[in-house]
Amino acid sequence: MNAYEIVLKSREKGRPTAAKYIEKIVDGFIELHGDRRFADDAAIVGGVGYVCGMPVTVIGIEKGEDTNAKVAHNFGCAHPEGYRKAMRLMKEAEKFHRPVLCFVDTSGAYCGIGAEERGQAEAIASSIMEMIRLKTPALSVLIGEGGSGGALGLSAADEVWITETSTYSVISPEGCASILWKDSAKVAEACDCLKLTASDLIGLGAVDRVVEEKGFSEEFFASLKAEIAAFFAAKAKIPAEELVEERYRRFRKF
Amino acid sequence: MKFDFKKLFNFKKPQNVLEGTDEAAPQQAAKEPPAEAAIPDKLAEKCEQCGQIVLSDEMKENLGVCPKCGHYKKLDARTRIQSCAEHFSELFGDVAGGNPLGFPGYDEKLAQLREKTGEQDAVVCGTAEIGGVQCALFSMDYRFQMGSMGHAVGEKITQLFEYATEKKLPVVGFVLSGGARMQEGIVSLMQMAKTSAAVAKHSEAGLLYIAVLTDPTTGGVSASFAFEADIIVAEKGALIGFAGLRVIEQTIRQKLPEGFQRAELLQEKGFVDLIAERKELKEKLAALLRLHTAEVTA
Repeated sequence: MNAYEIVLKSREKGRPTAAKYIEKIVDGFIELHGDRRFADDAAIVGGVGYVCGMPVTVIGIEKGEDTNAKVAHNFGCAHPEGYRKAMRLMKEAEKFHRPVLCFVDTSGAYCGIGAEERGQAEAIASSIMEMIRLKTPALSVLIGEGGSGGALGLSAADEVWITETSTYSVISPEGCASILWKDSAKVAEACDCLKLTASDLIGLGAVDRVVEEKGFSEEFFASLKAEIAAFFAAKAKIPAEELVEERYRRFRKF
Repeated sequence: MKFDFKKLFNFKKPQNVLEGTDEAAPQQAAKEPPAEAAIPDKLAEKCEQCGQIVLSDEMKENLGVCPKCGHYKKLDARTRIQSCAEHFSELFGDVAGGNPLGFPGYDEKLAQLREKTGEQDAVVCGTAEIGGVQCALFSMDYRFQMGSMGHAVGEKITQLFEYATEKKLPVVGFVLSGGARMQEGIVSLMQMAKTSAAVAKHSEAGLLYIAVLTDPTTGGVSASFAFEADIIVAEKGALIGFAGLRVIEQTIRQKLPEGFQRAELLQEKGFVDLIAERKELKEKLAALLRLHTAEVTA
């Protein structure tokens, strides 16, 4: 597949969304709502549960599967409340030394009047800063679109994994084509230039592991679950200060 | 027969609960700046807002504020530093970015900008004194791709925060940026995380960071170190936000209200500590720095 085909695939209808990952990977999930400031943003779903017996906090950007769900979840485009909810849940996880697992899938944070007036930039900035110094292990898995700051807000983790046909980019290929060439038809070219596929990203060090999708089969979810559990088990042995220092170095290298 | 396709396909946008319905009605679109006229010898210049001719010396004396209409001209990085600080000594001047993605045309673009501006990239860093207080500072340059952040900008700002943490210095940052630098792709996105991590360390060391948000502060820079400061000062009238105005208009398909994303509205909404006029900025920074470095005694 070329970069353009991967971009299309990352947005494909029927692709499992964060809710599916939570259902398959997190046992006994209890959803926790709201940012305790303004509202509950349905674009970001969070809560607690177990991965292979280990308690975790899980946060996912949810696009919604069918049309009604897409509208209800605002197509996975979060408002500031979503990032503030995520931050609140991460801090709660830190207090109880629970690892944080994020599933990231968004075309970007929402662009709108309310989002701006309630500080979208501040919410994402704070979310990045809080996550990067979180004194508990954190793992982010890119499962579809990794759209810019909206994705990074939940990806300042110890490791960032990506499924084979997911993407991670500073700008959408459409945005890039329209800014650079004033021609939205050059999307395919922009996809190549932006180096946004899993294989490009691993070469650039922006992601740490590419997860085989195996047609999103039961086997895929089972093996991802086992890998996540093993990752957290290994990280649980590292003292919090050392963990934060390692995370610092992970991002410092860019 | 002619079809009005716009009318035909005028779907109602689904109600977005978090966007609400009580927001101000649109009033005014952004104004196009008047066309530039060539003025000989740079003795005088034309205000980009009111179009009136102003003596260059007068403009300079007035810190780039038009004496006729009060419009704030953007200041380049070094002029900004001169306007607020003394004894500036540059740091990390050699740090330069490359073309990490091999983005077509980007090497040439960088070479042109370096030639034109005399700067390696879009930020100047160093130490200086403001109101007698020693601090580390950075200042972003609009002439270099509107202060966009790629590796060089992220690296210099990170190094500055690390330096300030080590030397126990407060940081004052003059922010001006359209956001992440597209041509550096994911590498520029990672600068948001890298700078945020360095700001966090500086903060945890109990040190002060004052960000001065100037026109414009948007995108990946507003969503990282710009909004991570202890004190956020905004220059009067500055455009500050996450998404670009055009992108928002296209997304919500309506015109934006007057004053949207301006410093004054951000203060009203609770995201900016104070607004400073350009002529009073230096004194306000000095007062804040002095207070934060004063000993807390009874």
